Amino acid sequence: MRTLAFFTRTRGRHRLDWTDWLSYLYLGAGLFTLFAPIVWLLMSSLKTESALGQFPPTFLPYSQKTVTVAGHDKLLPLFTVRQADGSLREMAQVRRIGIMATLVDPAQPTQEVRVNINDRKPVSELTFAWSNYTDLFAKFSFGRYLWNSVFITVVATLLTLLINSMAAFALSKYQFRGQKAVFLLIIATLMIPPTIILVPVFLVINSVGLLNSLWGVILPAIATPTGVFLLRQYMLTIPDELLEAARMDHASEWRIYWKIILPLSAPALAVLAIFSVMWRWNDFLLPLIVLSKSEVFTLQLALNSFQGELNTQWHYLLAMTVITLVPITLVFAFLQKYITTGIASAGVK
Amino acid sequence: MHGVDRLLGGFFNLFEPLFRAAQRWLGLSRLGWLFVGPNLLVFGLFTFLPILINLLYASTGGVKLMPLERPFTGAENFAILLECRDYLDIQSCRKDVFWRATFNTAKFSLIQVGLMVGLSLLTALVLNRKIVGRGFWRGVFFYPVLLSPVVVALIWKWLLQSQGVFNAGLLAAGASPVDWLLDAGWAFFWTVFVSIWAHMGFYTLILLAGLQAIPKDMYEAAQLDAASPWRTLRRITLPLLMPNLIVVLVLALIRAVQIFDEVFVLTGGGPGSATTFIVQFIYQTGFAEQIHLYGLAAAASLLLALGLIALTLAQLRLTRASEAGQKAR
Repeated sequence: MRTLAFFTRTRGRHRLDWTDWLSYLYLGAGLFTLFAPIVWLLMSSLKTESALGQFPPTFLPYSQKTVTVAGHDKLLPLFTVRQADGSLREMAQVRRIGIMATLVDPAQPTQEVRVNINDRKPVSELTFAWSNYTDLFAKFSFGRYLWNSVFITVVATLLTLLINSMAAFALSKYQFRGQKAVFLLIIATLMIPPTIILVPVFLVINSVGLLNSLWGVILPAIATPTGVFLLRQYMLTIPDELLEAARMDHASEWRIYWKIILPLSAPALAVLAIFSVMWRWNDFLLPLIVLSKSEVFTLQLALNSFQGELNTQWHYLLAMTVITLVPITLVFAFLQKYITTGIASAGVK
Repeated sequence: MHGVDRLLGGFFNLFEPLFRAAQRWLGLSRLGWLFVGPNLLVFGLFTFLPILINLLYASTGGVKLMPLERPFTGAENFAILLECRDYLDIQSCRKDVFWRATFNTAKFSLIQVGLMVGLSLLTALVLNRKIVGRGFWRGVFFYPVLLSPVVVALIWKWLLQSQGVFNAGLLAAGASPVDWLLDAGWAFFWTVFVSIWAHMGFYTLILLAGLQAIPKDMYEAAQLDAASPWRTLRRITLPLLMPNLIVVLVLALIRAVQIFDEVFVLTGGGPGSATTFIVQFIYQTGFAEQIHLYGLAAAASLLLALGLIALTLAQLRLTRASEAGQKAR
């Protein structure tokens, strides 16, 4: 029965008892399970291609040291060789045939020594392969994918904020015929998951000529029932007297919306903005059917097509994955409180 | 900042005359239509119209994209999907992949939702205790929720590849390496595991909010009555958490039925069709295969929609029942 004290108590005693230890153990295990894979990804993304090929893998990005030796064009890998008298010596390997390797001392490049490969051990050093990251921009159109993702996320979020706040304003501060029906209609779309209307959405996007255009990904989802609902509920709390006073002063309705309602709704707008950034940056299925040319790929699509290629170049793929998760991580690090309270109260993601 | 101000000011000036003119025309109360208009336009074009077109697609055949150019075939698409010579044998079905995908989705949803909600509840209960750094721990469990499905899949693909860290661990322990994603059973296990890994933080958060809303004096009263912790859990915590628990269960189920992105990148639906789920079937039938069978894909989406509507109705019913139960108490 004592086991269960662990699940129910909300007020502990001052002294840590064993149920507290169990809780921290559980949380620690959670921390490891959730973050070890991400840390492993980070470390792997800094390994050179040859270091990634090593099995079993090391945690830190070790790779074999190489040296230049006079008389050889290429960099030669460095080994520690056990000599006949048992002493150890660092030598560079010139070639290897079967189980015999030919090595030279970098200081005396002319004296070649042949040893059994079991008598030599690679010399490794810690090297961070930053080139995995820089190459992405030099060798691939990675900058383009990054730009596409940023463009879609920023533009779509701005439009989402604009048209959903306008609708929320109409639904909270006006009384017009059909208002209730409109609200119900919008809320009803919460029950229609986008996956179900995939085929006809494709048709509509194709008919309006937005296939393979970034706008084809931006426009279909800028009206979100979640956004309308969230903002409407918030705007209902803004007192109508403010609007009346502004109307007395002959302010136009657009001015009221822009200069009074929007600034006062800032907290709700912030929550919606965060959601929108998350949705757009991580979106996959809609871009997958709308964008098929590589010039318009988003980061997510580029990642997917990269990993599907026959010879997956993991050193680039891992670096790309890290770059893709950085923006979301930053958003989370700075806005954690908004995100968690926003989700807990609205129950949406 | 000055540039942004000017941009916003310009945007404001652009629309002000329009709205002034519209107000003279329509009157104040009907101006609401102008504000809600853009939203309705987008919804109409990209949600309501597609719902109608979906019905057209589902009842027509051929490979043309334009609905009016497609021959009417009535219920044939549904017949193709559902036809089996022997309903006890998936292989005898005309579209055996559809049945396999449906079966996989059902199996996946039940296992994944059961395990995930259980774990989320446990985590929420632990987080609701008096612990140091609750905000930090909450963030720890929530962070993976924000990662994109593609990133999640790639992280795990890297760990699970044949020369990955899991196989290194097996080797170090003296066991022989396993092809985690090429073995049907293991591939299915990892789709369940990875989706729980990525999503449980979201449900933990909702359940934690529910736990924190339970009045503290309930627990004080229980303490005065010297109720055992087990009894407190069963008689106070769980009943009061029930509405949240139902929301979480149904939400998780609705999402699990629609699982696609992570699995698509992690296993591609394989090996064979071991991890092919219903949305992937729709995607492949409509878009990825050589001949795009839009009608068949639309018919399959309608069947999926029916399932989702049933789940949503079940949620409404359960929620109402549990609310009524609470009032009765």
